[in-house]
Amino acid sequence: MTQASRYWRKNVQYLAILLSIWFAVSYGCGILFAGLLNRVRIPGTGFKLGFWFAQQGSIYVFVVLIFVYVRLMNRLDAKYGVAED
Amino acid sequence: MDTQTWTFLIVALTSGLYLGIAVWSKAQTTKDFYVAGTGVPPLANGMATAADWMSAASFIGMAGIISFMGYDGSVYLMGWTGGYVLLALLLAPYLRKFGKFTVPDFIGDRYYSQTARIVAVFCAIFVSFTYVAGQMRGVGIVFSRFLEVEITTGVIAGMAIVFFYAVLGGMKGITYTQVAQYCVLIFAYMVPAIFISILMTDSAIPQLGFGSRGEDGTFLLDKLDGLHEQLGFASYTDGSKSLLDVFFITAALMVGTAGLPHVIIRFYTVPKVRDARTSVGWALVFIAILYTTAPAVAVFARTNLIETVSGASYTESLPDWFKRWEDTGLVAWVDKNGDGQVNYVAGPAFVGKPTFVTDEAERGPSGERLVTNARTENENELYIDRDIMVLANPEIARLPNWVIGLVAAGGLAAALSTAAGLLLVVSSAISHDLLKRSIRPQISERGELLAARISAAVAVLVAGVLGVYPPDYVAAVVAFAFGLAASSFFPAIIMGIFWKRMNREGAVSGMVVGILFTASYIIWFKFLHTGPESQEDWWFGISPEGIGTVGMLINFAVAITVSRWTKEPPRAVQEMVEEIRVPRASR
Repeated sequence: MTQASRYWRKNVQYLAILLSIWFAVSYGCGILFAGLLNRVRIPGTGFKLGFWFAQQGSIYVFVVLIFVYVRLMNRLDAKYGVAED
Repeated sequence: MDTQTWTFLIVALTSGLYLGIAVWSKAQTTKDFYVAGTGVPPLANGMATAADWMSAASFIGMAGIISFMGYDGSVYLMGWTGGYVLLALLLAPYLRKFGKFTVPDFIGDRYYSQTARIVAVFCAIFVSFTYVAGQMRGVGIVFSRFLEVEITTGVIAGMAIVFFYAVLGGMKGITYTQVAQYCVLIFAYMVPAIFISILMTDSAIPQLGFGSRGEDGTFLLDKLDGLHEQLGFASYTDGSKSLLDVFFITAALMVGTAGLPHVIIRFYTVPKVRDARTSVGWALVFIAILYTTAPAVAVFARTNLIETVSGASYTESLPDWFKRWEDTGLVAWVDKNGDGQVNYVAGPAFVGKPTFVTDEAERGPSGERLVTNARTENENELYIDRDIMVLANPEIARLPNWVIGLVAAGGLAAALSTAAGLLLVVSSAISHDLLKRSIRPQISERGELLAARISAAVAVLVAGVLGVYPPDYVAAVVAFAFGLAASSFFPAIIMGIFWKRMNREGAVSGMVVGILFTASYIIWFKFLHTGPESQEDWWFGISPEGIGTVGMLINFAVAITVSRWTKEPPRAVQEMVEEIRVPRASR
């Protein structure tokens, strides 16, 4: 396998993991299991957990996911010598 | 100073600022005009993207929509932010590496086809004009409501400002004005939100405030759920839409966001591939500040509204703002049982939007404005337009006059920045994709820049006309913009990057079938077969807003099947795909 295809495979692996989390928090916690999670409350607040994921939590996770990806890819670029400058 | 003076002052100052930036950042080349010379720092591009993305509807409408929909409003919150994850991971870095100017550029080159390019051009123009009509209208409404001029005058004033910086500065001018506009709009959104959070809860941070206890010691959300139950509304924190529909709408909005040309094009403007990744992250940070505040504002406004108006006597206990907004036609009250008190329960008070009696002096027994609409059977007596939530919030919470002026300037900034971004897509689609890449490839750099300016100018004029004479289906066509972006651009771009084997035949047939399917479903259920009964005919209960997801799946399926049976793409194209997958060729 060439360097380039190894780099690409690693990238696709990262994508698969991060997009699974993306799917789990929004479609999972925020929609499909929201009713179930609503039985639990975030301690000390009025937030039911499913509702909170749908209107707050998923958005925070989205932001974190992007910056995690940025870090992972910057490291990967450096490792394979494909980083710019 | 009174509200009027404050509003005028703040609006004039901010508009002057935008014009000043335009003069400072004049475009010299086509590269400046289309992609700001690819010299925009990632942080600035993030801010510009956020302003580009958040329209008049996000600023004025979203909190209102959520406050009426409760949990169901989450589709917009997740749908319009989750798409940025897709952008950062699946699109932006590769398109930046590709390094041309527009979305049709990529589609045309990757699928070595003028047909694909032209299909993409028309989708881009259609989607952008659909969107821009609402923005110009928004500009007009903000001007007319806060400065008491005609809507037409407001639209013309907005056109003049956009004309100046979009035509002169192109993408470069637009980018730096958008940075300024973001600052104005986020400040204008957060100040009232924080004020109200302090007034209603023990927290100054709205995102925490709406999960905390109110003055009476109960959790705000519990109180709101209780009020809803009492008045017969669906519980605020639980949904009433079908799970499948919520799922499909959220997906269509996410994928549509990632496929909208005016959003994608912003990531062509940064210097490097790694900047493209980072700047999507910044964009989402800046968007999330408003999008996580909106549901808090929704809860505050909803609670406040119910407590203030429910059961209040029109002549004695209703606050002034109620009557002021009644004058603008955004609130209406029909005293069905003749007790002089506002009875606010679930169900529409009358059929459709209010049409008031023409004679202003003709009033009901309590002095309310009379409407001619047919009354409904239920006991609800109150009509409230959703837009009022953000616009009237400062008044409802009795905030100082300058805050109201600030909200006007914020709404204006949101509408102007989005309009400018969309108009640039239209102008570059015409001057670059149609003229330079299709009709007259030999056109000179100066000629193309001039053509870009002229088409931007024409686009501003068309948008203005759409703003003055809005087609009455503006609200309905938003589903169109997202549905089409989801069912055309998104699959074509994704497969173009992630699957080398995808060829011209597959991509074109996928796009055409995806668009036709989505468009016919939306046209059928939005224009031809409407009314509450039509909902029973929705396929699997999927609303027109969510059908773009199905269109996208069909696009993928058709494209993959067709490409399997046709010739693989030429060697050069496959090499190009390999090239865009890495930021820089390895040593």
